[in-house]
Amino acid sequence: MIKKYLFALQKPSYSGLYVQEIIDIILTTAAFEQEVSILLLDDAVFHLNNNQNAINSAYKNTATLFSILPTMDVNAIFVETQSLLERGLSQNELTLPVQEVSRKEVTAFMSQFDLVFSG
Amino acid sequence: MKFALQINASPYHSSTSFTAYRFACEVIEQEHEIFRIFFYHDGIYHAMKSATPPDDEFSIFSAWQTLAKQNDIDLVVCISAAQRRGLVEENVAQGFRLGGLGQLLEATLLADRFIVFG
Repeated sequence: MIKKYLFALQKPSYSGLYVQEIIDIILTTAAFEQEVSILLLDDAVFHLNNNQNAINSAYKNTATLFSILPTMDVNAIFVETQSLLERGLSQNELTLPVQEVSRKEVTAFMSQFDLVFSG
Repeated sequence: MKFALQINASPYHSSTSFTAYRFACEVIEQEHEIFRIFFYHDGIYHAMKSATPPDDEFSIFSAWQTLAKQNDIDLVVCISAAQRRGLVEENVAQGFRLGGLGQLLEATLLADRFIVFG
């Protein structure tokens, strides 16, 4: 059985172990050969920022964590356009290629998935 | 309808676990089935064997244990999240078991409805 999973992430980077542990779920879902997509909303757009310095934090660089995903064929990464703009980020500051979804399209976008993991 | 739940919140930091418990009770009351609850992130603290809230307080720990026993619910605690937080096999309360993320994925595949709390 194959289901379509969406991981709709909203929390900022370095929210404790949250990001690291959600990536473990994403990798497990991919290992089960399910269809995996990720949508980054609000402060979660910072996860892909390629200009991070995690040396003085207790956690791993989230951009590095996300860079593992293409090795597991997880390439469907979406970013909400307004979240990106509101935080002064552009696509060329992100560590992976993304597709943009506008805020008004998010609800319709989510409805195409069988399961939505929020966080 | 078959339900599976995931609980990410710690027992008492917020009312999330209690909300999940009330939801689970209602699911069963409505004659649906909950076959697995997966405890992840700080949710793993629900399985602490040594948790002993005062007698005059609601014990979310024993509430989940009793509900699971009465309704044959598989209470799975993520082993990697548990080990990170110092919860090892000998400290796992009765009714809970350690398991991997494979059990979570299996639950999402088998369930008609999968709900995440916290």
